[in-house]
Amino acid sequence: MERCLVLWFPDWPIAALGQAVPTDAPVAVLSGNAVVACSAAARRAGVRRGMRRRDAQARAPGLRIAAADPERDAREFLPVVDRIERIAPGLQIVRPGLAALRMRGPARYYGGELEAAEAILAQLRTEGLPAARAGIADGRFTAEQAARRADPEHAVLAVPAGGSAAFLAPLPVEAIEDGGLVPLLAQLGLRTLGEFAALGAGDVQDRFGPAGAHLHALAGGRDSRRVEPRRPPPELAREIDFEPPLALADQVAFGIRVAAEEFVARLAERRLACTELRIVLADEAGGRSERVWAHAASFDAAAVVDRVRWQLDAATAATSSPDALRDGVAIVRLEPEAVDPIGEHEPGLFGGATDDRVHHALSRVQAILGHRGVLTASIGGGRRLADRVVLTPWGDRPPREPGASPPWPGSLPEPLPAAVPPVPVPAAVEDALGAPVRVLDRGGITAPPARLRIGGAPRAIVRWAGPWPLVEHGWDPAAARRAHRFQVVDETGAAWLLLLEDGAWSIEGGYG
Amino acid sequence: MTNAVEVAQLRARIEDAERLGRIGRAGRIAAPSPVVPAPPGVARLLPDGGLRPGGAYALGGSAALLAALLAAPSAAGAWCAVVGIPEFGIEAARGAGADPARIALVPEPGPRWLAVVGALAEGVGVVAVRPGGRVGEAEAARLAARLRERGAVLLVQGAWPLAEARLDVEHREWSGLGGGHGCLEGGAARLVVTARRGGAPRRGRIALVGKAAASPAGRETAVPEPLTAVG
Repeated sequence: MERCLVLWFPDWPIAALGQAVPTDAPVAVLSGNAVVACSAAARRAGVRRGMRRRDAQARAPGLRIAAADPERDAREFLPVVDRIERIAPGLQIVRPGLAALRMRGPARYYGGELEAAEAILAQLRTEGLPAARAGIADGRFTAEQAARRADPEHAVLAVPAGGSAAFLAPLPVEAIEDGGLVPLLAQLGLRTLGEFAALGAGDVQDRFGPAGAHLHALAGGRDSRRVEPRRPPPELAREIDFEPPLALADQVAFGIRVAAEEFVARLAERRLACTELRIVLADEAGGRSERVWAHAASFDAAAVVDRVRWQLDAATAATSSPDALRDGVAIVRLEPEAVDPIGEHEPGLFGGATDDRVHHALSRVQAILGHRGVLTASIGGGRRLADRVVLTPWGDRPPREPGASPPWPGSLPEPLPAAVPPVPVPAAVEDALGAPVRVLDRGGITAPPARLRIGGAPRAIVRWAGPWPLVEHGWDPAAARRAHRFQVVDETGAAWLLLLEDGAWSIEGGYG
Repeated sequence: MTNAVEVAQLRARIEDAERLGRIGRAGRIAAPSPVVPAPPGVARLLPDGGLRPGGAYALGGSAALLAALLAAPSAAGAWCAVVGIPEFGIEAARGAGADPARIALVPEPGPRWLAVVGALAEGVGVVAVRPGGRVGEAEAARLAARLRERGAVLLVQGAWPLAEARLDVEHREWSGLGGGHGCLEGGAARLVVTARRGGAPRRGRIALVGKAAASPAGRETAVPEPLTAVG
């Protein structure tokens, strides 16, 4: 197992805001409506990651809010990396605010692991860089956890060789930062990495696939990465030429999308996943930017495109740096720096193990109809039947692990309609005298429904029940929707779920 | 009649004979090929006691019957695809026992729906389709050859030439619902199966939806009705 040093800059998205905000003000960076990072002052006031905007503002009334911007974070981080590299070469960027280093070289140079870490941190402090923490351990994952738990006074936490499992065991399962797996583990009653690691490796592989097995190995302190990363064959590298050179990051990102997919697919053909990626950008004026990016799991095509965009953004902004680009981008080169063997498939991508034939057939249909032509469905939350189904194009990651749908008050009892039109079909329901049936204010109806009209001739209603009120967004007067549901059986023997909303009837589902 | 149709029909007849044990390959009596499982109430009416791999089945418009037929194969791990049926209720299918993670949806296949079905037959165990237009015998025979080669089952909501059997739902009855009170609890219907190989249509009551349809024990209660005169 390889000794590894991880440097962690706490609250990096805040530091990346730079001079725009005073250091002692409460500041939070939000993505969507949730806090992703906050300053020390905000944390003292009680603001936490994951908190909603309104809650955070309630805790810290003077809170300043900034929108999350991964490109800004990367742009500000890369010059820091350059300065660290002057002290200790071979730095890998895991993500903005987090960088990893192989321990062997610096430890030999400075005469010890702790000494090396202290020397690097001291150098960073003299250069006026924000307070960094260092973690030293076997493997990058454990080292990252150690860095996050280093106390601010000493700033270095070393886990002795072979001590990873014992160090990780008491940590909460949230440390693995996998949005799909963590809630499942919590449902299983597993609160700590130690409890997760105690599961049988075979069981984890069966239930959670290769990705779960990888995280399981990490939780047990068994980082699968080799001491010397396997050098992938050079023909797997991919070079893209732009003629004429492209000036805009968006153009470059678009231009390499297909190549990035091919790059990942060619590795996957050899049952390899890229964990460290070298990106080289070159312009026609001799400017050149070269960096190694690391990924916690493995790079997919979208992650490759992101890294190119971040690097490009930084290289065009930093005009004085040696790796600045002065002109449009002429060449993008992607090289797999380190690879891991993968199981049957890129895990989690197709909802579990899928054999090649199915993937091939569905991909061919996508080639005929387009990416959104083939969908998989998972059942989410909501009251209306059509709202509850979440459709994901084949090959994309479903929004969350299916089966985790919480109970929804007011949802329909089983059995559910077997036919659910994506858009409700207009209909008409009349009483015996031919007048439309309406629901009165107190929940009664004007007259028993007698006839149902769907397009053509009316059908007699033989049995019915309702109304059942359906209230959505009742807390918000602007978005509130009120409707009533009915079940009816018509004379042909067909059973329907009907919806009456704002005086208009429609068919929400058919049971036949 | 084109050659392709003739060959397909002859091959089907040979296979039928083989299955019935009249001709054994290499002189032995052939064992019946395994079938794709169907709900027991439906299976006992089908000519082979299940859905025959490589076979096409024409269904009436009953969405519940389609959901019930996809339940067993998807729950057993086979992939299913639903083509051209945008209102297919995935939640009802789950209620019937299907695994939504094993069902691929192609709601809008457009004019190339037959090519889509052909591509799906290469890799998916059960393909359900509502045809987007008329299908000639030659096209159906070409698709049938591909289905047989891959052992896939085709379920068609509508008419289909060379269908193994036609499954029609009639006399639907619903329980739990009254005149202004109650709520729907279950549904049963009479299923009429008309096999291509001839013989009188077979009829039996099946549970369409509800607890009785979802639990295996409930399916057993679907008793075949005594044969009545064919209308």
